[in-house]
Amino acid sequence: MLILDHLWIIPLLPLLGSAINGLLGGKWPNKIVNGVALGATGLSFLFALEAVREFTQLPPEQIPWVQKYFTWIAAGSFRAGFDLQIDQLTVVMLMVVTGVGFLIHIYSTGYMAHEGGYYRFFSYLNLFMFFMLILVMAANYVLLFVGWEGVGLCSYLLIGFYFLRKSAADAGKKAFIVNRIGDFGFMLGMFLLFRTFGTLDFVTVFAKASPMQADALGQFGTLTIACLLLFMGATGKSAQLPLYVWLPDAMEGPTPVSALIHAATMVTAGVYVVARSHVLFVHAPTAMLVVAIIGCATAIFAATIGLVQTDIKKVLAYSTVSQLGYMFLACGVGAFSAGIFHLMTHAFFKALLFLAAGSVIHAMGGEQDMRHMGGLSKKIKWTYVTMLTATLAIAGFPPFAGFFSKDSILFNAFQSQNGGPNTGHILYAIGLLTALLTSFYMFRLVFLTFFGQPRYDEHHVHVHESPWSMLGPLVILAVLSLVGGWFAAPGMWGGTDYFSSFLQPVFGGTESAGTEVASRSVELTLAAVAVVTALIGFGIAFWLYIKQPGKSEALAKSMRGVYNTLLNKYYVDEFYSAVVIQPLMWISTNVLWKFVDVEGIDGTVNGIATGAKSIGDTVRHAQSGNTRSYAVWVVIGALVVIAVIFFWPAAKPVVGMVR
Amino acid sequence: MPAGPLLTILIFLPALGALALLFLRSDDHEWIRRLAFAVSIAEFVLSLWWLLRGVPLGSTGYKLEEFHPWIALGPHGAAPQTYINYHLGVDGISLFLVLLTTFLTVVSILCSWNSIEKRVKEFFIAILLLEVGVVGVFLSLDLFLFFLFWEVMLIPMYFLIGIWGHERRIYAAIKFVLYTMAGSILMLVGILWLYNATGTFDLPSIQNALQTGALALPRGTETLLFLAFFVAFAIKVPLFPFHTWLPDAHVEAPTAGSVMLAGVLLKMGTYGMIRFCLPLFPDASHRFAPAIAVLAIIGIIYGALVALVQPNLKKLVAYSSVSHLGFVVLGIFAFHIVSVQGAVFQMLAHGISTGGLFLLVGMLYDRRHTFEMSQFGGLATPMPRLAAFFLFVALSSLGLPMLNGFVGEFLILLGTYQVHWNWAAWAATGVILSACYLLWSYQRVFFGEMTVEKNRTLPDASARERWILVTMAVITLWMGLGSVFITGRTAAASQSVIDQMTRPPRAYDALAPLRGAPRTAAAKALTAPTSAVDKPNLVERLGSR
Repeated sequence: MLILDHLWIIPLLPLLGSAINGLLGGKWPNKIVNGVALGATGLSFLFALEAVREFTQLPPEQIPWVQKYFTWIAAGSFRAGFDLQIDQLTVVMLMVVTGVGFLIHIYSTGYMAHEGGYYRFFSYLNLFMFFMLILVMAANYVLLFVGWEGVGLCSYLLIGFYFLRKSAADAGKKAFIVNRIGDFGFMLGMFLLFRTFGTLDFVTVFAKASPMQADALGQFGTLTIACLLLFMGATGKSAQLPLYVWLPDAMEGPTPVSALIHAATMVTAGVYVVARSHVLFVHAPTAMLVVAIIGCATAIFAATIGLVQTDIKKVLAYSTVSQLGYMFLACGVGAFSAGIFHLMTHAFFKALLFLAAGSVIHAMGGEQDMRHMGGLSKKIKWTYVTMLTATLAIAGFPPFAGFFSKDSILFNAFQSQNGGPNTGHILYAIGLLTALLTSFYMFRLVFLTFFGQPRYDEHHVHVHESPWSMLGPLVILAVLSLVGGWFAAPGMWGGTDYFSSFLQPVFGGTESAGTEVASRSVELTLAAVAVVTALIGFGIAFWLYIKQPGKSEALAKSMRGVYNTLLNKYYVDEFYSAVVIQPLMWISTNVLWKFVDVEGIDGTVNGIATGAKSIGDTVRHAQSGNTRSYAVWVVIGALVVIAVIFFWPAAKPVVGMVR
Repeated sequence: MPAGPLLTILIFLPALGALALLFLRSDDHEWIRRLAFAVSIAEFVLSLWWLLRGVPLGSTGYKLEEFHPWIALGPHGAAPQTYINYHLGVDGISLFLVLLTTFLTVVSILCSWNSIEKRVKEFFIAILLLEVGVVGVFLSLDLFLFFLFWEVMLIPMYFLIGIWGHERRIYAAIKFVLYTMAGSILMLVGILWLYNATGTFDLPSIQNALQTGALALPRGTETLLFLAFFVAFAIKVPLFPFHTWLPDAHVEAPTAGSVMLAGVLLKMGTYGMIRFCLPLFPDASHRFAPAIAVLAIIGIIYGALVALVQPNLKKLVAYSSVSHLGFVVLGIFAFHIVSVQGAVFQMLAHGISTGGLFLLVGMLYDRRHTFEMSQFGGLATPMPRLAAFFLFVALSSLGLPMLNGFVGEFLILLGTYQVHWNWAAWAATGVILSACYLLWSYQRVFFGEMTVEKNRTLPDASARERWILVTMAVITLWMGLGSVFITGRTAAASQSVIDQMTRPPRAYDALAPLRGAPRTAAAKALTAPTSAVDKPNLVERLGSR
């Protein structure tokens, strides 16, 4: 129980690394900075492994294993502590975060080698690891919120890493603020939970919630509202409709950041929160339905935008939004472990896609526009092979990881009965269509990048394969993208789905439907349909970009309206700007500041001053210097006082006070 | 723990320092600064030592009390004589406000080290006298004495703005004084009326009498008195719509003035609400709470929106104070222990983080002699350290968890939500807006390419500046992580405020208890002085009138 008693050491190591590099790294050569950053993350990974080993030996009644360190905030009956916990869900997240995080750290040493602010980059990256680990290990909502906001901060810092570029600084700010809109809901959700349960500790909240009466569909009880508020936070962090707008812009950050934060870990925090709060969500069918619908809608919405993007990272960004939608769809239909499963496999293949894209960009000397690539498969073989693996995984070809997780989600969506008998089928259909689009835009990306004739100036761009510090992580992630789904594979032919049975203590029997023999034939049918769908997507891409090059442009021309709408992302940013941002700025400037403040309040105040002055100016004339008129005033005054004293009894005590 | 009139020493030590400064040659700037610094440090250390020892964890009531009859009142020769008393005391709430004051005074002196070039001696005398007034306000337990210090504080602040301020300093100084005076006149009337109704200026005695039911204010009187006090405090806070003196005063004040103004002077308003409005006029407080909450919420949103569009960095920070102090007022008038605790904490947190922001803005001004953001841009390149500190302080101000701003804001909203969820929901939008104006202004000042050639050679933070900023940063982090050190000590005092608010309702019997009606022995026993200090019994005095 060496590490389990000292869980704090896992997040603390990256924090130390961040502090050391941040405070001292500026004067150090890259090698020392590397040593500190990689040492901290690597050790953290090893400790996490050891913690998991020890965890597996715990008796079931000691799970979740909670460690309380110190009271952080206390007031009245409210207490929030620095309490860490570990259970099966945490184990999965811990492995993903530290494992993938460590690989991306290694990759970054190669990718960032020639960039300025090297120590700053690794300091932020380590800080991110710290907050992300706090997020997944927190034992109460408030501490989770620490990680939640903290990863948002690191995201802000890393997106704006090239802060000289206005677009980068803008994107960082946008990410933070949009996330804050979600956090608004998340905070209110916490307040409501505290009002309901008197605590925000997971163990107590869930223990008190499970025996409660579930709300009916369409009933907005306490738990439903709390879940919807929490989910609002999740839509911000995990880039779902309508708060997804920050994620595509976040691609301004260095590519390893896109891989780590904006694909593999941070953006999945919303899914994690929903899964973590599943006890609450299963009591709130309305909230579940909302989660499923938002997830499903986001999945297809983002996928359509991804069809036409030309920036290699933008395609992947929309793809991430879309895949996150799948995870929410899974949670929304009650298949929490399927959602987490997809979270894990997605972490592998999407991190790989980003890192490989980074390798392409590196090879191209900074070029990100796929229209200026082409024919790279022979020049950067390793990058090509790994990226192809990831593409096969995300497109859902067996036996790659994405096939199993996506299949599990679609199957569960198909089975869903929440919200009417056909809801599940509609969700499934949209999910399947999304899978088709996914397969298409991913192969489009591969064909545009690696196949065809080179469309760049070969005299100026010297394409070169990346160093092994970058390729190593690619290869490892490629292997994971291949085998990462095999945990669940036996489930397909009647064996044990090791992944969901591992998570079963957390999520309980909510997914028993998936293991029933009767539905196995349905599952196999659906899997076959999914494979066919992926093949169709591949076929279309192959036809448009390999067989008939030039056809795609003609197609775009013939459907100019649709194409432009997609290319401009449905004009959502423009819409937000015109409806929210511009009016707010205008009102703040012209109404609140210049009118209410300056004209209204200050005008009144100054008006009173001017008024006093003009009254003084007027009354001044009474002071004529004429003794006789003064005498008359004295007499009048005296008469008034006497009259008051005699005829107005109420004034007596007041006047009487003047002794 | 030394015995003696510790609080008196704490109040008047800076005055002694100011007196000593008089004896230095006025062109001997170096020694003037050193002496002022030494006095402020001594004051800080003593306040830390005495007050933290003097107010044990979990203790209730006022500690380290000093009580001396001061000015005799009433007809000469009548017995028993009533007095304006020199009555001092400290509890969990005032304890940290005093510490904040003594700390920020040190900071103010340090940050003025080189930036004040004219009338150096007078400047440091003014700062020290300001400290006298503010510490006096927080430690007074006699209404008249409180008023006295309240006014004393005004004079040095007036000079700080009017003499060492920027272009429109005279306008700002006069506006500041007139605004505050308008409020304090009301408060003076209220204090005198309260004396007339109770026969004493002694706060604990009145509190006791109210608690035991020995004294009951008629509804109309209570309302008027509440308003008289409340408006005075609301102007000081400042609560919307009494806030327009603040941007002017802040922009024109020298850095030290802004730090003290935002750091502690505004807190005198919220402190007054907790100390006087709630306990003395609980029913009126309850009646007016919804209206005040609306004003507070307007202030939160309004202040943030107006801050968002300011082209002037210092004005932006000033408006952000309106927003942040709205949270404090909301927390107080939600009457929930968690929100009141949060409000007290937020006062301290705001003092540190906004004080820090003003420091940084002042440092930029020292280098460029402007507050216009259009004159900056890209400053992270020539001054990475200053940029890092600025970000840190901005993050604490926008309430990032683990820094101090979060704890206060979170507790206020959490507590408010428990009683009025819609208040909390409205106020929580301030959390979004604070991120907007802080990050946007940060971007305009520090990010991007450098647009103004002059900025290319600006020096980064000097050693002195770094020490100040590191200290502020450490305190920010410590308050964010170890908030229980503070909330543990403010808990009892906050709870007692709540308790005084929620005593069982009683029938109003006009001023009957005050008109010499016979009283039971039980009531007499209950109104015994709050401490061992021998002081005249309120009830006896009331009976003799």
